[in-house]
Amino acid sequence: MFLTIPVLLGLTVLVFAIGRLLPGDPVALAAGPNATPAEIAAYAREFGLDRPVWVQYATYLTGLLGGNFGVSIFTRRPVIEDLIAYTPATLELVFAAMALAVLIGIPAGLAAAVYRDRWPDYLSRVAALGAISMPRFFLGLLLQLAFAMWLGWLPLGGRFPLTDDPPRLVTGFLTVDALIAQDLSAFWTACRHLAMPAIAMSLSPLATIMRMMRASTLEVMQQDYVMTERALGLSQRLIVTKYVARNAISATLTVIGLYFGWLLGGTVLVETIFDWPGLGLYATKAVVTQDFMPVIGVTLVIGTLFVCANLLVDVLYGVVNPKVRTK
Amino acid sequence: MIEPPLLDIRDLHLSMTSFDGEAHVLAGVNLSVRRNEVWGVVGETGCGKSLTGLSISRLVPSPPARYLGGRILFDGRDLLALDEAGMRSLRGHRIGMIFQDPTTNLNPAFRIGEQLVDVALAAHRRNPDILGIAARAGWRARRRAARDLAVRTLAEVGITDAAERIDAYPHEFSGGMRQRVLIAMALIGRPDLLIADEPTTALDVAVQSQILALLAGMVKDHAMGVILITHNLGVVAKACSHAAVMYAGTIVESGPVVDVLRKPSHPYTRALMASIPASGIRRGELKGLPGQVPNLIRPPHGCRFAPRCAQAAEACQAQPPRPVDLGGGHMAACLKLAPAAEAA
Repeated sequence: MFLTIPVLLGLTVLVFAIGRLLPGDPVALAAGPNATPAEIAAYAREFGLDRPVWVQYATYLTGLLGGNFGVSIFTRRPVIEDLIAYTPATLELVFAAMALAVLIGIPAGLAAAVYRDRWPDYLSRVAALGAISMPRFFLGLLLQLAFAMWLGWLPLGGRFPLTDDPPRLVTGFLTVDALIAQDLSAFWTACRHLAMPAIAMSLSPLATIMRMMRASTLEVMQQDYVMTERALGLSQRLIVTKYVARNAISATLTVIGLYFGWLLGGTVLVETIFDWPGLGLYATKAVVTQDFMPVIGVTLVIGTLFVCANLLVDVLYGVVNPKVRTK
Repeated sequence: MIEPPLLDIRDLHLSMTSFDGEAHVLAGVNLSVRRNEVWGVVGETGCGKSLTGLSISRLVPSPPARYLGGRILFDGRDLLALDEAGMRSLRGHRIGMIFQDPTTNLNPAFRIGEQLVDVALAAHRRNPDILGIAARAGWRARRRAARDLAVRTLAEVGITDAAERIDAYPHEFSGGMRQRVLIAMALIGRPDLLIADEPTTALDVAVQSQILALLAGMVKDHAMGVILITHNLGVVAKACSHAAVMYAGTIVESGPVVDVLRKPSHPYTRALMASIPASGIRRGELKGLPGQVPNLIRPPHGCRFAPRCAQAAEACQAQPPRPVDLGGGHMAACLKLAPAAEAA
């Protein structure tokens, strides 16, 4: 936890430096193709980009302390406003993908271990291998082809149709906001848009969680206390779903935490393919126009979320494993 | 009329398959246990004493295990003929088990009360008398009754402040206390037969005798039959009414503990007794038993102890010796004893 701040500081230095080292002139790009050198210089002066890099960095850090993430030189919008608008979309996507991965992966891993070397085990192992080997962007394209183009069941991309009124903004999660507004049709619309990108993102963590869960369940089932529980007449179902599952999940938690961060970084590709208005799409656009303030902003937000996710996993360890709690 | 034994193991044969081949690990085990009897089953590591205990609860994974013959009669019913569901209806509620290591036999992720309550509820489904309420009473009522019973049982096995300690986790108990919790778990279903597999081996000596005293009290209170598996002859002498000595998958000598330990008749039992260090013995005078336990994939043809036996004759290698009755239920499986018994 104490390492969070130096790590995030290091990130800002790195992204700041890379932004300045890239070839090309972002100011000229932002000022437009017809701008004269004098106009470009004036533009640079407006954003303080004519000053030495270390002064720019110091100004940026001072601004950060007051919650100011700088201004996009392309849209002139304060970065913080964009981050506030886009972060919930990304989080909603990541949470949905993670929920799918956990809700399917954990029972599937348990089942695979219990029916070891029988068909549920083979089926889930083959499916997991396939899911891990398939790149996400390719899977996303396949899903679009099948469910949007051929079957026409789901929208091709986007988060909510422009023509409809979105539910009143409360959490920024459209699905949750729709439920709060008790607008079931908006909830359904939001879910339909969420489905494909969430599935595309969830497959690889799902497969990993399933495999971890299978391995740790097999290990737990060898433990003496499982023998005792059988010897004292508990049913196989109670033993597996209650007594074995909780022990096996604690080993799987680490993977869940790691995957959360991995998904946050991995939204870039999926959001681009599905035109999902989140941090990934925002960062992609900013990188293309060499608009570095948004890039640093996104990096910081994802870094912070990653740290929070790991903190959450540490807390969950305590919930699942009482020994950790008392220490 | 003598009532039939609670447990009657007759000529039990079990083999285990491994990479090296099929080992004949139980070769004709005979054991019968009545209520109020505490049978100490002794033998060295690998002699099959734990397998015998696990076989009664049908907890030996099969494969690799295979029952080649014999019967395990519990209350007149052959356990080897029961399916898993039938067997589960006996576990916990008719047959209780306690294992060796109290640190690994309690689920670390759950409060002890949670485990006790689930065992009590499982037993209650077979026998409503356990909680004293109907088997189909509401879930809440059943859980509350099970919890009350758990507190009473914990108090019974000597856990002070049971009402508070019931919500503690296993790692918050000492080793001896954990073994008491496990005993409570084994007893909460009011079993008729208790199988205790090395229940004191992982505990220090002072705690050992407390646990043995506790077990003895429980046997008396509940009129159970007990099989106490141990490698410690001292434990047998202290806590058991009967003893069975196992060697390489067979019971070589059995009977009332006084007869077996005071008048050991089988050469293996005598060798065991001779290897106990006694006070007054001098350095270098302690006797061990030469030789090694036989390979059970290719066991000796006749008596399995013959290769290490000082008195072995040629006849001993011909066929396995039959148990000889030495009077008063004292049996020993040795050819050398046969003529003496015939003469008597």
